[in-house]
Formats: sequence, structure tokens, C-alpha cells
Amino acid sequence: MSATLTEAKPQNAEKKAKQVPQTTEQLKLVIVGHVDHGKSTFIGRLFYDTHSLPEGKYDQLVESCRRRGVPFEFANLMDSLQAERDQNITIDTAQIWFNTAHRQYVIIDAPGHKEFLKNMITGAASAHAALLLIDANEGVQEQSRRHGYMLHLLGIKQIIVLVNKMDLKGYDEKVFRDIEKEYRAFLKQFGLEPRTFIPISAREGDNVAALSPRMPWYQGRAVFESIDDFEPAKRSDDLPLRFPLQDIYRFDHRRILAGRIVSGTIKVGDKLIFAPGHKMSVIKSIERWSPAVAGPKEAKAGESVGITLTEQIFVERGQVAFHESDPLIRKRQFRARLFWMGRLPLRLKKKYKIKLTTQEVECEIKSIDKIIDASTLGEVAEKRDYLLKNDVAELTIQTRYPLVFDNIDRIVETGRFVIVDDREVSGGGIISGEEYPAKQKTHVSDNISWSKAEITYNDRAVRNRHTGAVIWLTGLSGAGKSAIAHELEKELFGLGMQCYNLDGDNLRFGLNSDLGFSPEDRSENIRRAAEVARLLADAGQIVITSFISPYRADRTRVREIMKENDVRFFEVFVSCPIQICEERDPKGLYKKVRAGEITEFTGISAPYEAPETPEVTVHTDKQSLLEGVAQVLESILPEIQVKAEGAESFEI
Amino acid sequence: MTAIAKTEAKADHLTELENQSVYILREAFNKFEKLAMLWSIGKDSTVLLWLARKAFFGHVPFPLVHVDTTYKLPTMIEYRDRLVKEWNLQLVVGKNEAVLKAGDTYPNGRATRVECCGTLKKDGLKQVLEAKGYTGVIVGVRRDEEPTRAKERYFSPRDKNMEWNVTDQPPEFWDQFKTDYDPGTHIRVHPLLHWTELNVWEYIHRENIPVIDLYFSKNGKRYRSLGCAPCTFPIDSTAATVPEIIEELKRTRTSERSGRAQDKESEDAFEKLRRDGYM
Repeated sequence: MSATLTEAKPQNAEKKAKQVPQTTEQLKLVIVGHVDHGKSTFIGRLFYDTHSLPEGKYDQLVESCRRRGVPFEFANLMDSLQAERDQNITIDTAQIWFNTAHRQYVIIDAPGHKEFLKNMITGAASAHAALLLIDANEGVQEQSRRHGYMLHLLGIKQIIVLVNKMDLKGYDEKVFRDIEKEYRAFLKQFGLEPRTFIPISAREGDNVAALSPRMPWYQGRAVFESIDDFEPAKRSDDLPLRFPLQDIYRFDHRRILAGRIVSGTIKVGDKLIFAPGHKMSVIKSIERWSPAVAGPKEAKAGESVGITLTEQIFVERGQVAFHESDPLIRKRQFRARLFWMGRLPLRLKKKYKIKLTTQEVECEIKSIDKIIDASTLGEVAEKRDYLLKNDVAELTIQTRYPLVFDNIDRIVETGRFVIVDDREVSGGGIISGEEYPAKQKTHVSDNISWSKAEITYNDRAVRNRHTGAVIWLTGLSGAGKSAIAHELEKELFGLGMQCYNLDGDNLRFGLNSDLGFSPEDRSENIRRAAEVARLLADAGQIVITSFISPYRADRTRVREIMKENDVRFFEVFVSCPIQICEERDPKGLYKKVRAGEITEFTGISAPYEAPETPEVTVHTDKQSLLEGVAQVLESILPEIQVKAEGAESFEI
Repeated sequence: MTAIAKTEAKADHLTELENQSVYILREAFNKFEKLAMLWSIGKDSTVLLWLARKAFFGHVPFPLVHVDTTYKLPTMIEYRDRLVKEWNLQLVVGKNEAVLKAGDTYPNGRATRVECCGTLKKDGLKQVLEAKGYTGVIVGVRRDEEPTRAKERYFSPRDKNMEWNVTDQPPEFWDQFKTDYDPGTHIRVHPLLHWTELNVWEYIHRENIPVIDLYFSKNGKRYRSLGCAPCTFPIDSTAATVPEIIEELKRTRTSERSGRAQDKESEDAFEKLRRDGYM
């Protein structure tokens, strides 16, 4: 805490001017507590004492109460303002602004209608700090505890507890100390340590704007000064790097990986690894648009930035970049603590979507291990294998593909997730106690069997999350077709996709063993290969072929076969000058041609008709293997991926 | 008193707002195939446009929809067309031709102010959205503008009739938004929701964003909020520069939309308009 923040501030009670804060920094506060413990009264008091009311409004309300013969209550202040719907002031029960001399505050209040929990969570989760009110007269109640626990789950660490209505207990120190002791012990069970406890009377204004002479035994500070100690969003520059990718852009010559750094820092030249694929590349530049300024050399937690890489490897939304020394946990099964607010109960074996940073993976609940009573922290007596709205539970989750994450006590943003049920965000969870990988990364393959799907083409596509397709690589011998095909297959397989590398030589050993190398036989070879590829694609596979296929007419026929059968077809031209192909000569064929052992060799003694409008062209003389593969994937994946719609159409 | 020095604290605060808005814009761009941004030509949606250029590294990869009531202050249209050219923007203009042709508008004395907003702006918007089939619409509303907007979410679903269910909204936390939507519905995206009017001006100052000069005081009057000429009135103000506006806003207790006459037709005029799909 800096010294300037803790210095006493002059009280402004005598000045009637609106506070003009030193900075326009904004701190978001949420106010929680058991019903009738004084939330509204406290907010009214806060507003009055910071002179945030419109001119003359207070006097007007007091006067109107006097005329109606009812006592003025601060609790009614906000209601009356709202009820008047005064178009000239900026007040709402959802968000209320007020200023201290130090800065601006926003109070996020949760309107008390039927969807209370969703609103409270929406409000509280975006708060920097919380004030929790406890009635001195009633003491710690069920919701006092429940709200404290929810704040913990939501990750709110800055909390001040206000013991309110001290006037009703004769400003008795013992009452305050007993409540402090009891509630402190409760919060301690889940490791929550409040900043301080303050005895107040919101109605009388004791210890709110200024210290009250009625509680001389209280040695701490008043509410206003104490809240000025809260810190706005703290960004974790010094934690390990976590950079979840939001998108890949190619608006101009740059290929920019965009995202928000959730923790740590990046610098130009850093070696990054992208989880869960574990591909590696180096940061070439950091991009942040500004008309006049060049890109920065480094970026920190909290920043929405873009980076370019020295080598254009395949990466996609959802991957998380990290530094080699600090990997994330990578798993398909883990335990979590979850609160549920879905319209429908949370059930075992049903398909849900989990969203963790920008990762989205299908999941199911393997087991509900313990349903927690949020007000006692004990286990609820009733044994259930489903969760109802407002339940909190420990459970085991299994995902369809590996998820990467952190334990919440290490890095908050990558340690929590939401569950989507039928297009609605319906629950939130936090992860702790999972084990980090040892230095050497391990790709655990826990065999989880997913049920057989229906067998229509669409069902396959829905289950596979992609349609079938044929990726037809064409190019000279030595251009790099086989290497690209091999790497593509590995990438697609790693993405959990159905894929098959249809090898020309294998075809010639079996199905095509009757064919020779005459032009007619070559054509027939290509035709049969196309038919096999088509069948496999119909079965849901992404088929990769690598035939020289030098004749445009042959390739056009392949394209037509695919079109007739509604198979997605991608012609990929693997382009490379023949001189370079000859230098590479991976199979020693060019040598044989030069020695006269082979005649009719494509590119030398037979023509190669380059494609005119291929879907993708890869230049293997200028691009690395991984760059070429990335380019193919980037063009093709958006075309064949099937959105998670219809996830409910298949069961385990 | 305070000079508008670009102190570090202030820069950090604005940078924080900017980072969040950029994140939201990128989420929207990733999640909605048919995405558009509403551009009213006012300061907020122009800041939003600037943020889009930040998010997409100098590009604006979706069309800007301007609902033209034909009653806008004339300099607004000149300013619009200038930026479209300079910033290389795709502009889609929506007009409720039928109502304009029939002449059933407030300035013609054949509709109330609220009815006029309802047809020219709300229905005008609805027509463009339907014609273009947008599933995501980015709008520059802020929570501090007026009470109804305070209840908004960053990603706010609208049903087939553009209606907004205020009392049952999706939860929104940990930067996870409602991005899955039913066919035929659309999502309003509000990247500026957490900004205040003051923040908007501080940011305009910091980034040197060109805003229309109707906002600056001439002869003791300036516009604080821009709309159609017949229903928008300037306020008393001597603030003729961005820093002067910032100073003025720090001290004011009247609301931003106080010069917008349609809000005052009845107590809940604005709330009703918004529930039915007004921006």
C-alpha cells in the first residue's frame, strides 16, 4: 500500500460541492449481505455523504416524507429516486456512481428479482472489491455466509466487513468483536482474509464518512478512507506467461495472432510454445495499432495485443502460448468446484460445452463428488447425482479433447471456466489441486470411449465436428507433397479429426496392381485414387492424397467426381522450381532420369500442367514445411469445421 | 484547476478500458459470421470505430450501419462521408423509406417524437438488420448514459422481433459471453458498456480522435449528445475544446441525454423504446 493512499483525507461534509476525484480511475464495488442487514440504507448514506445526489434532491425527499408524516429513511432514498425516474440524473439500481476525493466508484447492486443469482454473479464477478454487511442485532446469518463463500468462488479477494446497526446495540464493542471473531473464522475455512471489520451505523452515519465519537474504542478508519485502499484490477506481470489466442488475422501482409495476455509478459524474440499442440515458434514482432507509433518491444498482462511469429506454424483460437519453463496443466479429466445456475439441472453423462479463456471443448460430468451447503460448508445430507439451480458442488469433469489450464491459486484467469448448456452459460467452476506436468511434456492418452453415432453423413459430420473432405496435393516430384501430406495428417489427427493419408504407392501394390505407366494407365490410376478418396470422404474422413497428377484434365475429372458426390475438394498446388526439386531429389529419381534410366519423367521429358485456380498454393522453395502446412490448414479448416450445434443429438 | 496532464494513472485507466473493449470486439468478430457495427456519427460510436481499428490493426473488417432519419444535423452527414473515405470504411445506410415517403414524422406534425423515433430509427434499424441478415450488431451504448442502458450486458440477446427481455438476462462473468444464439435472433454487442461519458472524452483527448465540431461551444452553446435536428438541443456551455469539456463533465450533475427531447415524452419512453429494439 502506498503511503499517499493511507494518509487521512480531509472530510468534506461541510463542502456541498460534488467531489472531483484526483484521478478518473474507477473502482467497482459490490455490496452484499443477508436480506435486511442494511444494504439499501448504506448505499443511500454513501450517496448522501459523498454529495452525489442531484441539487436539492435530499431536501425535497425529506420534505415530502414530512408532509406524508413518515420518517425519512436512507433506505428509501434510492427507491424514491428510481421511482421518480428523474431523467436528469444518472442513477439506477444496477449501477450507481459516486466519488470520493481519491477516485470514482461504481456500486454494482443486484436487483432482487427472480434471477437474483445470475445478476449477483454478473455484478460481483466484475467487482474489484466487496463490502459485506452484517446486522449487529441479528449477527451472522445464512446469507452472510453464503455470500462470503460466493465471493470466494468468484475470486473477489478484497473484502471489508461492515457490522451495521451498531446504534441498535448501544455501540457495544463486545457485540462487534463477537461477530468479527465468528465471521473471520468462517471465511478462514476457505482462506479468505478480509481487509478489516468496521462497526458502523449506516442510518446514523457513524464511521461511514468519518470516525464517530460514539465508538471511541474503535481504533481503525472510517469506511471512506478504508475503501480508498482497495486496488483496481491487479495484473499479474510477474506470473508465468499465459496468452490465450483469440483469433488469427490476415488483413494485410501480416499474419497476426491476436489475444489478451492474462498473465506474465512477452518480448520480441521470446520462444513461445502453444498448448495443447505444443508447437514452438519465436515472436517476431508485437503489434498494437496506433496511427503514429511503432509496435512495442514488449507487452504485459492485461493487454489486448497481437504478435507475429518468425515461423508461420499452425495455431488457432483456443491455444494458449506459454514460455517453456512454465507449462500449463493439460488434461482430459479433472476435478473442479462449480456453482450451477442453469434453468435445467446439471446431469451426468449429458453433453455440455466448457469455455476456459478462449478454449471451447465439449465435456460431460463424470461424477458429482460432493454437494456443498454454501452456508455451512458442510456436505448436504441428500445424495443426488444431479445439481439444481444455486447448488455448489465438487465434481469430476471429462472433456472430449485435452484442455489446458492452471490451478486457480496459481493463475486465476486460466483456473476457472464456465459451462454452457444448450446455448446458455449455466455454471461457473474453479480448478485447484491438479498436478502440473514434470519438465518434460507428457501427452497422456486416457482412453475414453465415446458412443457410436448414427450413421448418416450428417451425423458423422456432427460427431466428428467436421465434414469429410479430399485434400489433393499436386506438384513435381520432390516438391514436398509427401512431407506436407504426412505433416498435415499429424496435425489433423492432433486436432482430433478423422484423417487418412492415401498413399499412391500403396494403391499401386493392391487395387491398381494391374496398371502400368502408360498415359492411359496413369489416368486410370488417378481416377481410381479419386474414387477411393471419395468413398473415404463419404465415410467422414479428411483424405490427403499426394499424386504428381500432372494433367489438368485428370485433375478436373477428380474435381468433378467430388462435386457429383458432394464431397468437399481442395486442390493444393505444391509449387517449387524444378531445379530445386532436382537438387532435393529425395527418391533419387532425377539422377536416374539424367542417367537415362527413366523416360517420360514429369517436368523433364513429360509436361506438368500447373493448376490455374487451386484452392491453396504452397511455395516450398520459400516457406518452411510447417509454414506450408499452416497455410493449408488455415484455408481448409474454416470450410470443413462443423459448429457445435446439435451437440445434443448424440448420446453416450 | 487541474490541467489535463496525461498522467500515468490516467493513461493506465484508459488503457484498461481500451483493452477490455478490444477484447470484446475481437470476440464478436470471431463469433458472428454476419457482423455489423452501428455508427450514429456521435462521439461514442466514433470512439468505438477507433477501437475497432485498434482491435483489427488499422482495418475495420465489417460494415458500418448508419440509420439515416434524414433529419440528422447536416454537418453529421458531411463528417460521416469524410471518415468513410479517409478510413476506408464500408458504409451501409438504412432508411425507413415507406414512412418517410408517407411523411408520418414528428417534424411534419404527423407523429409524436417517440413514434417518430420508433419508425425512423427503431424500425429503420430493423429493416436493415433483416435485409442484411446480421446476427451480431455492435452498438456503442454505455451504462452511465441512462438507467435502462445500465442494465445491459456486453452480449445481449434480442429475439426475432428485436425485443429485449430485461428481467431475464444471461449471466456474464470472467469474460465469458453469450455467443451461442437461436436461429432468427441476434446479439447486440456493447464494447463501450463500462465507459463513462468522461472516459469517452478523456480517450478522445488521449488518442486525438476527430469528433464532429457540434460538440464544441459556439456562442455559449454546445451539443452534448447528438441526434435529429428537431429533437436535439444544445446545452449552455463555454467548453470549446476537448480539455474544457472534460473539466465541465467532472463538475456537472445533469445527465448527458438532457438535450434529447424524445426521452421526456413520458416517464418510461426510453425504456419502452429500448425494450422494443431501439439502440
